[in-house]
Amino acid sequence: MLINVENLGRLVIEYIEEAGKTTILFLDTFTGIFSGKSNIRLILDQMVKIGIDSIPIAITSAFFVGMVFAVQIATEFVKFGAGKYIGGVMGIAVARELAPALTGIVISSRVAASITAEIGTMKVTEQIEALNSLGSNPIKYLVIPRFLACIFMMPLLTILSDICSFFGGYFVSVYLIKINSVDYLNSAQQLLKYNDIYGGIFKSFIFGIIISIIACRKGLNTKGGAKGVGEATTSSVVASLIALFIVNYFLSVLLFK
Amino acid sequence: MIKIENIKKKFNGHFVLDGISLTINEGETVAVIGPSGCGKSTLLKLINRLEEPTSGKIIIDGQNIFNLSEDELVKFRQKIGMVFQSSALFDSLSVFENVAFALREHTQLNEREINKIVLKKMELVDLLGKENMMPSELSGGMQKRVSVARAIAINPKIILYDEPTTGLDPITSVTIENLINKLAKELKVTSIVVTHQLSTIFRTANRIIMLDNGKFIESGTPEKTKESNNPIIKTFINSGVW
Repeated sequence: MLINVENLGRLVIEYIEEAGKTTILFLDTFTGIFSGKSNIRLILDQMVKIGIDSIPIAITSAFFVGMVFAVQIATEFVKFGAGKYIGGVMGIAVARELAPALTGIVISSRVAASITAEIGTMKVTEQIEALNSLGSNPIKYLVIPRFLACIFMMPLLTILSDICSFFGGYFVSVYLIKINSVDYLNSAQQLLKYNDIYGGIFKSFIFGIIISIIACRKGLNTKGGAKGVGEATTSSVVASLIALFIVNYFLSVLLFK
Repeated sequence: MIKIENIKKKFNGHFVLDGISLTINEGETVAVIGPSGCGKSTLLKLINRLEEPTSGKIIIDGQNIFNLSEDELVKFRQKIGMVFQSSALFDSLSVFENVAFALREHTQLNEREINKIVLKKMELVDLLGKENMMPSELSGGMQKRVSVARAIAINPKIILYDEPTTGLDPITSVTIENLINKLAKELKVTSIVVTHQLSTIFRTANRIIMLDNGKFIESGTPEKTKESNNPIIKTFINSGVW
């Protein structure tokens, strides 16, 4: 019993320590952006890797999730004679929750894993120490480009997901459930507010910060060889997803209540 | 001159270095030897301030390197080149970009000048023509030589070699040892070589420093070391490779 309590205490301390170190990395990254010039080529490289290369998976998953969501709500709404509100409900759900959360999940799975694996491999093969020994700062060289690419590209991917999910829902509602297309679009125009769209985009910006910082921190903290890289990568995806879900709840309450 | 004063480094409650004091003169090539885990690589990392000590000082050019600010540290590291045990080349960059890395980071040179310097360094390590290859396309010995070219790109005054010949075949080892001697002679750099390899020790070093259990054991010329009566050194010499 005493051992269990001791282990639990140790685990809690480790989590708090990790959260503190991740916060310090965020602060160092944030201040680093404004001190000295940034390497534009590295940032653009990361924007392509993180953003452009994620477009196919982001829009495919958004389109199909939009379709599934429409299948679920449209049939129920039609039963109650509320078919003409489907477009509005789809629009609100997509803009506020579905698109930002789904993009966050997709990027966490794809990008957080890739960032941690890359930086983690550099760590275990002494490349991070080599960077330091050449007078370069790993935060400036590795973390800032990934951080900036994530916070710029996440909102753009979310806007794409917004569009794809909404029209995935449109496709199912209009062509399969036979809702009037004018009703679908009109209800979206009436119910959806600019704040819903801006709120969703703001959420994705915050998710970009969370994913990039957790992934870089896990990569820089990698220990051991290939096994260590594997563990760090798994832990990075799990931690960023959990953080994303928790923060998503609080942001939803703050932005849309 | 590098002056190490009573340096201690503790990892997980255990002293890896336990009060080492040494002086390394300008232009010297010093081999640091000792059994695995005796703190040789840690000592190198402390000299380059890749690690912070538990206590003690390292004074280079009259400055305690552990008192340097972030900006001073960046400038200080331009005086020191380091060749890592695993070569540690940036695998996402070509050989050229690896060697040009510090030049692009720390100088205002244009691409033409950088190109000229990189080719000169590649020639020095006998790898001219391999600039456009990726590190993964090179053999272990070639990677080590690129690592040397990268370390000397901005003309450091001190070069630290961490196990430069470990894992290499005897012929490649001799190539690296010749390169260490060539750089010491032509660039007049101070070299600190951490190694287990007897051939590397006796072919490159002006002086040998023996560590054991985190403590300084003995220092002397290769000839003096060969004749040492210290049982730890005798075991080392007789066993060939530790």
